[in-house]
Amino acid sequence: MTKPLEGLLVLEFAQFMAAPTAGLRLADLGARVIKIERPVKGEAGRQIAIRNIFVNGDSLVFHTINRNKESYAADLKDPEDLERVKKLIKQADVITHNFRPGVMEKIGLDYNSIKAINPRIVYGVVTGYGTKGPWALRPGQDLLIQSLSGLAYLSGTSNDGPVPFGLATADMICGAHFVQGILAALIKRSKTNTASLVEVSLMESVLDLQFEVITTYLNDGGQLPQRSSVKGNGHAYLSAPYGIYQTADSYLSLAMGDLFKIGEAIGIDLQTLYPEKESWFTHRDEVMTLLGDQIKQKTTAEWLTKLESAGIWSSEVLTYEQTLQHEGYKVTGMQQQVKLPDGSSLTTTRCPIRINGQKLYSDVAAPRPGTQTDSINAQFNLI
Amino acid sequence: MKPLEDYLVIDFSQFLSGPSAALKLADLGARVIKMEKPGTGDICRHLYTSNVIINGESSVFHAINRNKESFAADIKNETDKAQIWELVKQADVVMHNFRPGVMERLGFDYESVKKQNPTVIYGEISGYGNEGPWKDKPGQDLLLQSLTGLTWLSGNAGGPVPMGLSIIDMLAGNHLAQGILACLLRKTISGEGALVQVSMLESAIDFQFEAITTYYYDGKLPERSENNNAHAYLGAPYGIYKTGNGYMALAMGSIPQLGTLLGCEAMLVYTDVSEAFHKRDEIKAILANHLLTNTTDHWLDILQKADIWCADVLTWDKLMQHEGFTSLDMLQNVIMSDGFKYQTTRSPIRIDGELFTSPKGSPKLGEDNATIINQLINKA
Repeated sequence: MTKPLEGLLVLEFAQFMAAPTAGLRLADLGARVIKIERPVKGEAGRQIAIRNIFVNGDSLVFHTINRNKESYAADLKDPEDLERVKKLIKQADVITHNFRPGVMEKIGLDYNSIKAINPRIVYGVVTGYGTKGPWALRPGQDLLIQSLSGLAYLSGTSNDGPVPFGLATADMICGAHFVQGILAALIKRSKTNTASLVEVSLMESVLDLQFEVITTYLNDGGQLPQRSSVKGNGHAYLSAPYGIYQTADSYLSLAMGDLFKIGEAIGIDLQTLYPEKESWFTHRDEVMTLLGDQIKQKTTAEWLTKLESAGIWSSEVLTYEQTLQHEGYKVTGMQQQVKLPDGSSLTTTRCPIRINGQKLYSDVAAPRPGTQTDSINAQFNLI
Repeated sequence: MKPLEDYLVIDFSQFLSGPSAALKLADLGARVIKMEKPGTGDICRHLYTSNVIINGESSVFHAINRNKESFAADIKNETDKAQIWELVKQADVVMHNFRPGVMERLGFDYESVKKQNPTVIYGEISGYGNEGPWKDKPGQDLLLQSLTGLTWLSGNAGGPVPMGLSIIDMLAGNHLAQGILACLLRKTISGEGALVQVSMLESAIDFQFEAITTYYYDGKLPERSENNNAHAYLGAPYGIYKTGNGYMALAMGSIPQLGTLLGCEAMLVYTDVSEAFHKRDEIKAILANHLLTNTTDHWLDILQKADIWCADVLTWDKLMQHEGFTSLDMLQNVIMSDGFKYQTTRSPIRIDGELFTSPKGSPKLGEDNATIINQLINKA
């Protein structure tokens, strides 16, 4: 099957996470993505590890984000290298970077300079906080963006203080928006045949992620989110029972639903205790505590039998060990292997989008810095 | 010119995942028509559990469905069905988020639509894909968080802690928008249509791709720190800390360097780099105690001068007063057909410096029927 972005050439000057995850998505959708990296050391993300795990000289995180890409080594401060890169840019459809404002201008690879040599380029930039204002030059780092954007006041309980989302959420969501902006600009180019500048920032993306609750805040008289004080609270703006409860042997998730029906299945007469629907919200903590005390008495499996047969939205709470062995996960075929140069392989996940019923796999591992320099020089006549 | 001008999107989806993808397409310039059931419409109009109602409908509905039109039609009624077909035949994009099998029964599944409209881009979001033991489970955000291991990443060590937003809905919506845009781009070149499928399950897994790849590699479950956890896989100081007058986030720095900068002698002994991870609980406890002894501004001032990644922790009221926020122009005012105005956020994407704002508020159920019949159905 041909993938939708086949024939598209993307040059990725970007580092770390947000923009390279966008590069990965474009690659999985069929684009040819070439990382432009400084010789030998490559992009800084190669050294950023979690649990200090390195594979074949690069962090496992780098491998996860940069599979299915090529690498071209160039020292952008060296005039000859820069000339070659510019020749390559002339033949590219998209370039991406996430340097702080001013850096590409200094090298001469800013939007206006590039547009002069490639009038059809889609030029994508990721920043932390946009290009103006007092935060523009601040480090665009995930935890800092979460902290400044109010996101940290949505999870956990009211006794916890701020609780960040335990993943690079700002990076991931910003990368997802970046892909959309780049593709939209390419669609526009198909009509106008002109260049475009696409800009996203971690901050705007995390505000967009909160658009439902921020819109509520803007129109309810400015009441800040009130998390429940009950452990397992699932959402500051939703009424009881929304959350995770401890059972006799494990945990149980209960989503939104008819509280009378839920009470009936759990064995509490909530219709008598809380007849007004409004009280499901105003007395959320009381209701959740009542439910919690009852739910503790039986196992997760016992509850699920009762709840699911009553059509109540509920589930068990799984760990990776359980999820990844579950038939419900396996049947998605999300797992895939990439091949390392020494013949061994690395297990990771695939692109989450299916096209014409096909899952998009690729066994191409992340490149070492400059692996494809010679072949790219030859193919694009750069020397 | 907006990039998707002249594109027509017919959206059968409800709640958040599908409609949030359609909002992205609308803000990029597409004409989005919500297909809604007469009388009730998108369930999100009323059946959301939040108790904040704006102008008669849930605040959340207004956030998700601004900049769209509403066409009320009963998909089971033959006259209405014929009208829906006229719209679907002209659409560039048709999308829905029904459970597997429903669109087949209603007659608007991809194969049927493709026969009438061969170049259509047909997008669908399911909870768990179309096969396997979970396929008929409700595709609800908290359940997806719970089933995919996501609840073991946030908060401190102990029980599961969900992320306090419908994060999986949002991700699945964004992934669907990506797939639709990629296929619309190909259509401009080759004229091909396509089926784009996303599931909340696959989107939730993709969101955790770093952590899951790590699990595949070392077989070890995520371990959150006892206190001040911000990322189960990172060492001290990564976290949010209470100070004398508020909170602060600290995202990097070697432990002895931080000890020197912050004047905390107890931190100077952790000279071995690997201790930042292996002894993170005791280091974080020392740091947490120390940071209580002065104000957020005091600490940030010291650390920012040394280029250490750190920040204040803001609530929305403080954020929205800050020039860092106001200079982004992230808010916009929209107006409904009855004159009701509300404030919301705008699209997070800029192209050629243009902000994709739109003054159009959410539609009342079926308010665009007459216009749509005139412009699109009678014309055909």
